[in-house]
Amino acid sequence: MNSLGFFELMSFGPGGWAPALLKAALMTLAIAGTGYVIGATLGTLLAWAKISGRRSLRVVAETYTTVLRGIPDLLVIYLFYFGGSLLLTKLARLFGHDGFVDLPGFAAGSIAIGIVSAAQHTEVFRGAYRAVSTGEIEAAQAIGMDRFLLFRRILLPLVARHALPGMGNVWQITLKESALVSVTGVVELVRQAQIGAGSTREPFYFFFAAAVLFLVITSLSGFVLGRAERYFNRGVRR
Amino acid sequence: MDFPFFLETAQTLAAGVPSTLILGLLSTAFGIVLAIGLAVLRLWGPRWSSLLARGYVFVFRGTPLLVQMFLIYYGLGQFEAVRHSFLWPVLREPFWCAILSLSLNTGAYGSEIVRGAFLAVPFGQIEAAKACGMSTSLAFRRILLPQAVRHALPAYGNELILLVKATSLASVITLMEITGVAARLISETYRVVEVFIVAGAYYLVINFVLTRIVAFAEHRLTAHLRARPATGRATAAAPDDVVPLAPGDRA
Repeated sequence: MNSLGFFELMSFGPGGWAPALLKAALMTLAIAGTGYVIGATLGTLLAWAKISGRRSLRVVAETYTTVLRGIPDLLVIYLFYFGGSLLLTKLARLFGHDGFVDLPGFAAGSIAIGIVSAAQHTEVFRGAYRAVSTGEIEAAQAIGMDRFLLFRRILLPLVARHALPGMGNVWQITLKESALVSVTGVVELVRQAQIGAGSTREPFYFFFAAAVLFLVITSLSGFVLGRAERYFNRGVRR
Repeated sequence: MDFPFFLETAQTLAAGVPSTLILGLLSTAFGIVLAIGLAVLRLWGPRWSSLLARGYVFVFRGTPLLVQMFLIYYGLGQFEAVRHSFLWPVLREPFWCAILSLSLNTGAYGSEIVRGAFLAVPFGQIEAAKACGMSTSLAFRRILLPQAVRHALPAYGNELILLVKATSLASVITLMEITGVAARLISETYRVVEVFIVAGAYYLVINFVLTRIVAFAEHRLTAHLRARPATGRATAAAPDDVVPLAPGDRA
């Protein structure tokens, strides 16, 4: 085993780890994607809470973003990973089930990542909403649009355009954050690299391969996001 | 609410605070130097070096910090040459590996902030400095850097908060800073929420103090942009604005 070089180890052939690593990369994408969707949903609600005039809602959203942006993501992952299992175990006991119930690392990880990215999404959406000029909204009202139509036809497309660069940033951050989910034992890219490193004693090769795969994913995302931005900004004069 | 437990947890976690602070401070210091170096190379270096700086920033911003840390801590030991080099006593220690990876990482992010700040200094200022006869290094030190610091400060403050949060990753390579102690405590006591609240509170306090320090620095550095206090003396204080040249300055 020791004699295998980098390219043999990272090949598809016998003793090659490429299939495992690529599968793990898909897992990374799945965790990041799930977390991102959770974050975007929660972030929309929180942004709405911040924008709406209700004081109590605003205080809640403000506290949420302040706290979540001040504590490490790793801590949040630990909270959901250990806390989720404990909560599930307690719930199960209520229903007469004895023994330990485990919250899957995937669920705990993607919820934790979603909770963290929600704070970032909130700021992005709020900023994007602020960037929509009141004149557009007034014009829509003057033309007689009801609130729903105004939201769908005017607000949403404009907010989407302003929010896109920020949302892209949040995606890239979420992607890299998903690496932390490896502490829960989910076999995503970093965990798979650790496994490979452990069984071949070639840690540098494996973490290097993981880094390269991350780089590929983030660059591809960057490229797609750039295209999307151009698409949504068509017809905008610079 | 179990107050004795909270108190006990707070005391246990306090043991991790110095580690977190030292990690943060040292990486900040190294990171700033690296960020300025990279920004200067990128903006004014020869073509190959500016490409190199770009590649560096691309790689370090495109991969997770955790991978970088593992690459340095576990990865480098794979090579015989590293294990026998004079650097091994340093690279063997999780503490220095954490510092190294945090500094390299924050340096990459910071260099983009610093680059933007350099670019934000109006070109006329540099021209004026040249016209006064300043050498390049003097103009950099006296004109460019002070103004760039002002531009960079708000964004760099954010980066420092991210850095404080990132120090928690050091716990993954066995360092016992706040998160490391918290993780141990959680697996010992299974009281996740309490430990989380106390550990989170420590980070919030650290970050709060950090934002106050950055805000204070910003306040001090932008005195010239604030409205003058309306006192009677302000009107008669014109000569203060003229700073005399010291003899040694005409390089």
